[in-house]
Amino acid sequence: MACFLVPAAEAVITTVAAKVMKSKEKEESVEVSLSADGSVEEATKIPFSTKLGWLNKLLWGGSVLLAFEHVWHGEVIPYFPFLTAVKSGETAEMFAEMGSAGVMMAALITAVWVGMLAVSSVIEKRALRAPKIAEEDILK
Amino acid sequence: MTLLTTVFAAIICTILWYKGAPKSEMKVSILCWMYWGASLMWLIDAIFEYAELGAEYFTPDPLDMLNDFYLGLSVVALGLIIWLIILLVKDPKGVVKATLFKKK
Repeated sequence: MACFLVPAAEAVITTVAAKVMKSKEKEESVEVSLSADGSVEEATKIPFSTKLGWLNKLLWGGSVLLAFEHVWHGEVIPYFPFLTAVKSGETAEMFAEMGSAGVMMAALITAVWVGMLAVSSVIEKRALRAPKIAEEDILK
Repeated sequence: MTLLTTVFAAIICTILWYKGAPKSEMKVSILCWMYWGASLMWLIDAIFEYAELGAEYFTPDPLDMLNDFYLGLSVVALGLIIWLIILLVKDPKGVVKATLFKKK
């Protein structure tokens, strides 16, 4: 009916949040081994606003493609009130679907993104630890 | 079928992204985010449908399957069009700019 509107609304909020964060963030320089030969280079850690951008892209991308699916099934129309459910007086059912499927969609995407944050944090920590271990080995 | 089509598109795009990373000249990551986002959302749709239909969910009518596959392909095509527009507008390789200007 209109479940994609919930992740789309979340996308609007996270896009604004990412823009605000980006304007306040500073670059953090670190020493890390990026190549397979183990040579240490100076690099910048990606800021949180970029990671929030991952969530934005997941939410916007998914919402756009799902909106197309709703047009395909005749649930979204190109004229006022734009939603067939509102036109046919099924607003209560539409809100119920948004509250169940829509909220679950937004929650699943956010959960996957949190998982990505956790994995990227582990990878970052490992990469930062690697040059230090190599340095200690040389000193021994 | 729509979910399956989008998941396959997402997997293929992720492999292509990994092959070209970290350069990302073709901006394949846009396709990855779009298809994975849609796949996750359709997964929820599929779970709700499974809760309603039970095992019947896995034995759809051939006509419904064909229509869903047609929708899946259309979704993939729409994703590709969006990606192409972003690629040409951002023009990371400077190809569009180079076509518009001639060196003296």
